[in-house]
Amino acid sequence: MLILRCPYCGICADETELTPGGEAHLTRFGPGSTDEDFEAYLFLRQNPKGVHIERWCHTCGCGKWFHAVRCTATLEIFGTYSAQNLRPPPDIIEAIKIRRPDWGGFHK
Amino acid sequence: MKRYSAFAIAREAISRHQNWERVWAAPEPGKEYDVIIAGAGGHGLATAYYLGKNHDIKRVAIIEKGWLGGGNTGRNTTIIRSNYLQDPSAAIYEKSRSLYETISQELNYNVMFSPRGVMMLAQTEHEIRGYRRTAHANFCQNVETEFIGPKRVKELCPIINIAGPRYPVLGALWQPRGGTARHDAVAWGYARACSAMGMHIIQKCEITGICREGGIVTGVDTTKGRIRCNRLGIMVAGHSGVLADMAGFRLPIESVALQAMISEPIKPCMDVVVMANTVHGYMSQSDKGEMVIGGGADGFNNYTQRGSFHHLEETVRALIETFPMISRLKMLRHWGGIVDMTGDRSPIISKTPVDGVFINCGWGTGGFKAIPGSGWAMAELMAKGTSCLADPFSLDRFREGRFIDESVAAGVAH
Repeated sequence: MLILRCPYCGICADETELTPGGEAHLTRFGPGSTDEDFEAYLFLRQNPKGVHIERWCHTCGCGKWFHAVRCTATLEIFGTYSAQNLRPPPDIIEAIKIRRPDWGGFHK
Repeated sequence: MKRYSAFAIAREAISRHQNWERVWAAPEPGKEYDVIIAGAGGHGLATAYYLGKNHDIKRVAIIEKGWLGGGNTGRNTTIIRSNYLQDPSAAIYEKSRSLYETISQELNYNVMFSPRGVMMLAQTEHEIRGYRRTAHANFCQNVETEFIGPKRVKELCPIINIAGPRYPVLGALWQPRGGTARHDAVAWGYARACSAMGMHIIQKCEITGICREGGIVTGVDTTKGRIRCNRLGIMVAGHSGVLADMAGFRLPIESVALQAMISEPIKPCMDVVVMANTVHGYMSQSDKGEMVIGGGADGFNNYTQRGSFHHLEETVRALIETFPMISRLKMLRHWGGIVDMTGDRSPIISKTPVDGVFINCGWGTGGFKAIPGSGWAMAELMAKGTSCLADPFSLDRFREGRFIDESVAAGVAH
């Protein structure tokens, strides 16, 4: 059972209280964009075996969307932060680097 | 390869069964092959087999990180059916189902294919309409299915409760030629046939990199050294994204955990496969008497081969309403596998941006039933560069909006 701390209401919520929303920080491409960009936005995903930055919604709580960083190979959680951020905040990056020194870093 | 037969049992009995030959050889990797297959699961082994049998390409190595058939081939609920909605799906799954009918004789290895019939319950008005539509589509595709009423459902499966309070059984899509097979035996049978053709099955050897020169594949780096090849087929299910990353492209795939479980063995009580997509559970009885139960997939990316407990709870809750008699059964084991989900819930059998690299992935929650057909199509694609079964499932369909949408038609359970 995953337990994530919602950065909005501060509650440590069980997975059953949350809805997963897939990879975070995707760039939205709309009308007028190239087929390649639109395909990448809609379908192509990093799907890493390791550090994954993802969206979650506190469905059965405050209802807010937030971001979490989690290892898909061990289910370890490195931290959560608000969806207002366009990139992971420095303290989360630091937390990941301590636990995963060979992590490639955040790329957009 | 010595053939298995009743006579062979008698012959080997003379030496007290001490001299049976190994089912497949365990060679060290050579320097170079025509084709390297990444992943010795059902799909990888079937591809290698049909490369040799249909296209006479026998300098083939099948490289496996763990042990043969130890991934999703050994983790599924063994259901075989072909009652899909879209024409390309019906073609490849029906090819696969028909190959299963004769595969034991062809491989001289009993895969215990049991065409006991598969029924998919309709428990809402929408499902009735959906399955009637599928039955009509299947009629046009030469796939034998029919929509049956609740009375016939009860006749075929007496332990079912058709008058459940929340989701009564209103009918079912019935495929009499669907069924189950022994999943390990499918991998073992293909492995034995591949080994007999002189192919190399290399287990406990992980691919760590894919070598390219000028956009063309030249080989793979493994934990047992560099192995050169002209063509590489990637058939690693949940880990497809990891290998695609090595080759330098991305896939429209996310890996999630799918769970299943098995009960203590009981006397025969159910001789069909029942799938209930609305409440989301599916069940059949194995030849050993265990009830084999498939559950739901998690919604988040996961490579750990263990899923969330609450999905099991939901599956069991749904099934005991439909099958009240299983409510006191003890569960023996439960396990998870990493499935590769695409956006339209259809597989990818395709060339890739790297010349010479082919990928067969995205079977998601329903890969086992497709093993022979998938291998057949993939082998043709790798040998000839095109295949009428595989071509609709190419990687560029996502960019072109040419989806083979089974996400609604097939439901979540496969």
